[in-house]
Parts: sequence; C-alpha cells; structure tokens
Amino acid sequence: MAEVQFRFRDDEPVADPGVTVDAFGEQTNAAAVRLEPGDDARDLLPHLDRIRLVEVNFPVFGDGRGYSSARILREAGYTGELRAVGDVLVDQIAFMRRCGFDAFAPDVALDPADAEAAFGRYADVYQPTTDGRAPIWAKRHG
Amino acid sequence: MYQYDTYDQAMVDARVEEFRDQVRRRLAGHITEDQFKPLRLMNGLYLQLHAYMLRVAVPYGTLSGAQMRMLGDIADKYDRGYGHFTTRQNIQYNWIKLEDAPDILADLASVEMHAIQTSGNCIRNTTSDQYAGAAADEVVDPRPYAELIRQWSTFHPEFSFLPRKFKMAVIASDTDRAAMRLHDIGIQIVRNAAGEIGAAFYVGGGMGRTPMIAPCINAFVPIDQMITYAEACLRVYNRHGRRDNKYKARIKILVHELGKDEYTRQVEAEFAHLLTQNIEPPLAELERIKGFFADPAFEVGAPDVLDRSDPDFALWVDNNCLPHKQPGYIAVTISLKPVGGIPGDATGEQIRVMADLATRYSFDELRVTHAQNIVLPHVRKADLYALWQVLDANGLSTPNLDQIGDIIACPGLDYCSLANARSIPIAQKISQRFQGREQEIGELKLKISGCINACGHHHAGHIGILGVDRKGTENYQLLLGGCEGADTSLGQITGPGFDEDGIVDAVQRATDFYLSNKQDGERFLDTYRRLGMAPFKEAIYG
Amino acid sequence: MKILTGNDLKTGAVTWWDGVQWSLHVEDAVDVGDHAETILARESAARRVNAAYAIDATRDEQGVRPAHIKERIRALGPTVRPDLTLKPADPDAGNWVI
Repeated sequence: MAEVQFRFRDDEPVADPGVTVDAFGEQTNAAAVRLEPGDDARDLLPHLDRIRLVEVNFPVFGDGRGYSSARILREAGYTGELRAVGDVLVDQIAFMRRCGFDAFAPDVALDPADAEAAFGRYADVYQPTTDGRAPIWAKRHG
Repeated sequence: MYQYDTYDQAMVDARVEEFRDQVRRRLAGHITEDQFKPLRLMNGLYLQLHAYMLRVAVPYGTLSGAQMRMLGDIADKYDRGYGHFTTRQNIQYNWIKLEDAPDILADLASVEMHAIQTSGNCIRNTTSDQYAGAAADEVVDPRPYAELIRQWSTFHPEFSFLPRKFKMAVIASDTDRAAMRLHDIGIQIVRNAAGEIGAAFYVGGGMGRTPMIAPCINAFVPIDQMITYAEACLRVYNRHGRRDNKYKARIKILVHELGKDEYTRQVEAEFAHLLTQNIEPPLAELERIKGFFADPAFEVGAPDVLDRSDPDFALWVDNNCLPHKQPGYIAVTISLKPVGGIPGDATGEQIRVMADLATRYSFDELRVTHAQNIVLPHVRKADLYALWQVLDANGLSTPNLDQIGDIIACPGLDYCSLANARSIPIAQKISQRFQGREQEIGELKLKISGCINACGHHHAGHIGILGVDRKGTENYQLLLGGCEGADTSLGQITGPGFDEDGIVDAVQRATDFYLSNKQDGERFLDTYRRLGMAPFKEAIYG
Repeated sequence: MKILTGNDLKTGAVTWWDGVQWSLHVEDAVDVGDHAETILARESAARRVNAAYAIDATRDEQGVRPAHIKERIRALGPTVRPDLTLKPADPDAGNWVI
C-alpha cells in the first residue's frame, strides 16, 4: 500500500487498510473502508458514526467518480479521514482537496514543491463545496 | 458586455501560470505525454494533424473590439496569419508552438480571455444565441445566465473528469438559434404564467455517432435554483455515465439507457438533496452580472430608413441583416464564407477590420455564430452603407447568409487528426458550383463533417454531408432533412456514398429536384418534409 | 516498408525518422523493419519526438509514399492552403495526396 504523502489532519491515522464496501457491512468493528469508483458512497451513510477512514481509489486519474463520492460523504456530515489513493497526480490534488479529501496516498510520490504550488494555486474559487472556502460570489456580496 | 473584476482576472492569471508550469514540467520530462494530454486539452491545446492547435474560448460568442483585435494579433504573432471560427462560437489557431502557448494565454488574459475547458472531459464553453440582446423575440437576454454558468463551470472540482465532454447552450427565445436541443444540456430561459423567470432543462441531446434530440426533463426550474439543478444533472451523469466505452460515454446515452423518466427521477432526488447544501449563487450575483448586459446607449429617433440605391448593398442588406428591437438599428452578419473560400477562416487583418468596425459602429461588440460567421449586433441604419463599403473592400461582404454557400464545415482531414475525409474542398466546390444561383435556391443550410464526430453538424443540415473512409479513399454520404431550432430534426442518409465530384453533383440533383417541385414560398426543407425521402432519392440516384 | 512519424515536442512540426534523427521531409524516411517499437520508445523517452507512431509506406519514383491519405496530408500540409504546405511552388502537389 502506498504511503500517505500529504495529510491535513491532526488526529492519529487509522492503521488498518480499508475493507471493501461489501465486507464493511458485515464487519461491524471495521473503522476503515475502501470505495472503488463503481461503489455507491451513499451505502456508507447509515454507518458514518463508526467510520474513521474512507479510502477512495482512483485506479486511473481520468475516472472522476471519486470526486462525487467524496462530496457526498462530506455533504452527509462525515468528518473522518478521506484519503485519495491510486493514480493521484499533482494536477488533480487541488480539485480533490476541494471535494473534501484531506489525505493523499499517490501510487507514485509527488514532487513536494509541485504539490505545494498546486494546493495553493487559486486564491479564490467560484463554487461552494464543503471545504469551507467562501466562493467568489459570497465575497462579492458579503 | 461582462467585464472581469479582480476575482475573475486573478483566476485567468493564475491559470496562465499553472499552464506555464505544466508546459515546463512536460518539456523537462517530469510528466509523460499521457499525463500531459488531459492537462493541455483542458486548456484547449490539441496535437493536430500538422501541429498543435489552440482553441480559445469565446464565452457565449460575445467579444469586445479589444478582444477581437487581440485575436487578430495572435494570428499574426504566433500563428500563420489566420484563425478559424468554430461551430461552438470559439476560435482556433492551427499552427501553435507548445513553447509559445503560455505566452499566448498571457496575451489573452490581458483582454479578459482564456482557453479554459475548451477541450477535455469537462464542461466546455457555454454557447448562446448570437443575436442575444438584439433579437426582438427574446424573453430576456440569455447571456447573464450563460455567464453565471461560465463561472460555476470554471474549474468545477467535482466535474473536471467526467465520462466525456459536456456542452451546454442557453437561449431565451422560442426561435432557437443555438441548436439548443443538440447539446448535453440545453437551457431555455422562459417566463411562466405568473410572469416569473425560470429555466427549462433539456438534457441528453447531441450529434456525433449517435445523434439525439434532448428531451425536456423540467419545463420550469425557478431561476434562483438553476445552478443547483445543473449540478444535480451533472452529478448523476458523473456517477452513472458509462466509462467502459468512449463512444457510449456521453450523457445522451445515459439518458437513453435509463430512460428519460428514470434519469429525471434521479436528478430530482439529487436536486432535493443539493438544495440543502446552499450552493446557489444569490440573485444579487445574477443582478450584478445583468448590469453588464444592459442595452447600449441607443440613439433615440435614429433614422429608420436605408438608401438602397446600390444594388450590391441592397442584396447584402436583404440577405445578411436582421431586424433589431431598437428602431433605427439593424443586426449585421458578416459572412466568413466567400465563394471558394474556407468556411470560418479569417486573416489577422480581417479580424482587426471587424474589430475596428465593431468599435466604430456597433457599441464595441461582436458575436461569433455557431454557423462560423461574425455578427455586429447593434448597427445604426444610417451607418450601414459606410460599414458595408469597408467590408466589401476587405473580402467580407459575401451576401449569402443561410444560403447554399453559407456552409458549415469542420476543418476535416486537411487539419484534423480525427477526420476520415476532407471537408473544406467539398465546401469550396459546392459554393463555386452554385455561384449565382444562391438567390434562386433560397434558404438552404448545408453542413459538412469530415468524420462521425459531427463537428460540422451534418445531422442538422437541410443537406448534410458526412465524409467517411472507404478502403483508404475519401467517400461522402449525403443526408437530407436535418434541422436545428425549434423544430429540430435529424437528417436521413440518402443511400450509397459518392466521391468528391459525385457528392457535388448529387447536391445539384437534389436542389434541381427541389426547384422543379417546390410550391409557393417553400424552402428546400419544407419541400423535403412535404414529399419525403423517396422522390429525392429517385432524383439523386435515378 | 515501415516508417515512423511524429511531432516535434516543442514546435509540433510533423517529423519523420530518417535513421539518425527526425526530419521534416517524408522523403527522408527510412524503413525501420521490425525496430519500430524500440526506436519509438527510445526517442519518445528522450523527448526528441512526441506522439510518434509507425505506418506502412511504399517507395516509388517520387519518393516515399505513406499508405494512407492521412499521413500523405501530414507529409505535405493542408491541401486547401498550398501556400502553407512544404511545396508551395508546386501547383500539383495536392494531387499527390489523393
């Protein structure tokens, strides 16, 4: 399993690897789950109180279903770790961060300087998400 | 028209630096072409048949004089002296160097322009009615709504890696001049019985290899929920659109396979959820944007007559100018379809001439049309003859709007690496063949695509031509009866294809048959609809 | 024969493998036999070419002729703009692609 390269949380990371969504329903003590692109993030909503880590897998960077999965979990009030794993590239991480990811475990480690630039590239954003940033329209009419 | 504030400007400036960095990493070998390709595409940079091609966004087709002038300067400074206006109201340059691309984007940013999301599997540049703000039949000016969508869709974090590209159009009149129902989402701004403004959503239209006309999934979304509804449409698509087959990945396939009712049900459920998330911009933001689209300072009492004594001028007025909502004014279409020319191409000098005319005679405003022409939306009738003389002196006065010579054509195999056959030579031969007979034939929208992707809108042509590869040689299929607009229909293939000269002959047989059989006042399309395919087929194949 | 074509990474110009480097002229193209994969991998990794691929071609009295019209247009330039092709002085150059 790839190392977590970036983590924007202070709590202790969950050491267990995520179980599949199917297994998760049966393992009532599991606190970590792994979502594949075809999984329905809403299947996890009844269990959010016991989940501490959701790994969202990006087998190929062009498959963008994980972005919706992340937002759905955050919109439902999930506050545990949301970790992007797999084909996570430097030019995707800012979008992922905005969709609620707060940990990144890329298959191939990113250049730290490039990643820092990517996270901080855009001072303002047009859309509100659950990342807490005020959208431009809110600033215009604040 | 819309003007950037510091937020909008910071966004495009940051984008220039981001792309400069991406190009640097590619040239230094830090990223592979496979990794770079989606990044450059999201900035409109393709690798085409001969070189890199840069597609610049013209949001809802509206340009200022300064922006148009910059487009002309870029053609001369970085390209080979010309640009190509596209069927999505954009402009593309055919001979761009990768190492120049960041500087071009910086030049564009200096006039509030960009190439953001002009390609890639993301929400593309939103298109609109080229006569917005001038048309007598519009409920409201659709452009403020399109600008709201532009901002919402720019770098949308959830929808930048969709199953496939995503095109939206916004109109606000029953006369659809933007082929709205042939888009992934078409929005018609409407007024309900209570006088309130809302958005009708048409989802799942498109051309390409599986042409479909979008069904209406919600006839009235309150205007202060339009963005939320669009977000719901996109989320259902992003989650459930097919990703196993590139050719079945557009939203039209999802809507078709789920069925309109089931897709709508899922959208409504997602919409109900998203309404709780407070993602909709306030109406104050729409009002702020609307302020930029207020009517220009029309001269009250401007003379409402034209001196038609010059017959060439009178013909051009009759063919290329449209009534304006303001007395004494007229909307002008500059045809980029000279006989024997390349549809949609303009030289740097011609682009600057049109920019100067806009500044002088049209409140500094131009539009790009999806038919690859340029509109000067607000011209005083008193200035029209002087304007026409400048156009005439610069090869821009072809009087053929919506006639057989006003051909939509994609770049085809002369430029495009996806094409199977050349489109432009066919357009050139047809416009030459019918020179002098355009008036007699009347309105006839002829559209040519060089491959099944249908950038030349062949499905929507009264006469459509599709180039295919038949065992290594170019071959052309003929379609009849397509139409965009309120009565959208898809063209039907007549039968076996033709070679390059054969297709021109076939078009002539079809138009000859029309002329012999038309009834009073019928256009080509009307005669076709009345008689059907069989007699046309007989005339064409004999 | 098998020949290789691609684009220059920086300029985008169409190029052809001449056995030593990448040439702008299709007549310089050489038969790579069954070495296409090796050459493409090496040259792409070194960023001396971009988006390169192998095609079939023949050699006749006029030189190297790609088997498919798409690469013949790549070799010449846009047929509708003879002034921008590699043979602007030859009025019949466009016929070669057909």
